[in-house]
Amino acid sequence: MDSDLIPKGVQRCSLGKFLLWISACGFVLAIGVYAMILCWLKGLNQTNMNDAYGFALWIWADLAIIALGGGAFFTGFLRYIIGIKELKNIINYAVLIGFICYSSALLILAIDIGQPLRGWFIFWHANVHSMLTEVAFCLTVYFAVLTIEYIPLVLENRKIDKIPFFHNLSHNMHEIMAVFAATGAFLSFFHQGSLGGVAGVLFGRPFGFREGILIWPWTFFLFTWSAAAVGPCFTILITKITEKVTRKKLVKDNVIELLAKISGWMLLTYIIAKLIDTYYWAFHTAPGMGLTLAQFYTSDPGSVYGYWILFLEVVIGGIVPALILVTKFGRTNKIALWIAITLACIGICTNRWVMVLQLLAMPVMTFQSWFTYFPSWQEIATTILPVAYGAILISISYRYLPIFPQERELNPIPGEEAEVETVEKEEKKELATGDLSPATETAT
Amino acid sequence: MFPFAFEWIWDMGHYVFHGGLWYALSIIGAGMTYCIGKAAYDTLIQEKGSHEDEHH
Repeated sequence: MDSDLIPKGVQRCSLGKFLLWISACGFVLAIGVYAMILCWLKGLNQTNMNDAYGFALWIWADLAIIALGGGAFFTGFLRYIIGIKELKNIINYAVLIGFICYSSALLILAIDIGQPLRGWFIFWHANVHSMLTEVAFCLTVYFAVLTIEYIPLVLENRKIDKIPFFHNLSHNMHEIMAVFAATGAFLSFFHQGSLGGVAGVLFGRPFGFREGILIWPWTFFLFTWSAAAVGPCFTILITKITEKVTRKKLVKDNVIELLAKISGWMLLTYIIAKLIDTYYWAFHTAPGMGLTLAQFYTSDPGSVYGYWILFLEVVIGGIVPALILVTKFGRTNKIALWIAITLACIGICTNRWVMVLQLLAMPVMTFQSWFTYFPSWQEIATTILPVAYGAILISISYRYLPIFPQERELNPIPGEEAEVETVEKEEKKELATGDLSPATETAT
Repeated sequence: MFPFAFEWIWDMGHYVFHGGLWYALSIIGAGMTYCIGKAAYDTLIQEKGSHEDEHH
């Protein structure tokens, strides 16, 4: 029924099966949308946030998905600015994942501000001394960049591509994609950093406070670094999950291994910087404020945060995946790769959790005890909403758009091998000439 | 966001912050204008070419 919209030379499941899957995801999405409407109509009393937890589950989810979506800017930087040609086979998917992550982050923020009708205040009445203003500006503008990067993919749909204007527009956008990618990298550097800077400048909260350079605390640089390191891991993880679900190989191993190698070295250097930062904070910054490390990881009543969370973040979610990814065996062994990319994602999510929720849980007055918080169902439902939304958008994009340039070659349909050979020849020719236009143009 | 907003001050913070913002917005705007304009131009040329071919 929709076969005219499906890219040439690839196989997809029946429309009925596809709609059933979309309906299942749509059900979860509908619950999230209902909770979102409740928050907008009735206000933030629908949440369990309080005076101690002005930032809660939503802000953690925001920080985590922005970090995980960092694969888009870093892969784009590597592909278009550094010029690593192999990454053209995964850049489309990285952009799609980034688009989902950033649109979800903006949606969560739209719920979290409580007064969505006043959302534009942060732009119009910008406080130039606020890290959060920088985050809002860069996040929004970078989302525009991601949309621009995603549009050519949509325009490459079989039906849309037949319209000459859209065909030309898609071609022109690909031609200057390096300009957009560079702008995206510039914006991402600042908003990823500023998200870390928010915690780092809180001198009234020694758990988050860090020293730094000029106006930027060390957390500014650590957040950008960690997003660039783990973002590609998340891209690989989602690619692997997609391959499992579709039971197809979609990206060649050499591309995955290259991205994993870059990610591994980024993660290793990040974790070394993180260890130095933690050491300096634990033995110089915090004692300078009259606190000890044990007070941050105490077992006082009401606190669930022991040293285990530091171990989970730095060792299990940092050192272990970094060591796996920098070794050839780790990258080429399927199980080791799965473990490494999953642990890296858990590590970054734990880091963001610590910098948002543990930071707020810790008392700042001597007469206070640790603050506790458990999210309401509305908060949980709206946090799961992006997962359902992401699954739907990925499914639709995978079905109708040429997301994976190597799919046809890796999954030939009997009788179409000759056509695939032609594609291979064209790709080789393109690599030799150093053409920056997308692989999808030759694959479709 | 704009110099005509009442809270605008001509100081270093505004230069750097809004300079960065408008720099990025200008690149995106100019880039998209170029892409759309060139696509429209290319389409017109192609259509013109195909019409001429039909006449010949």
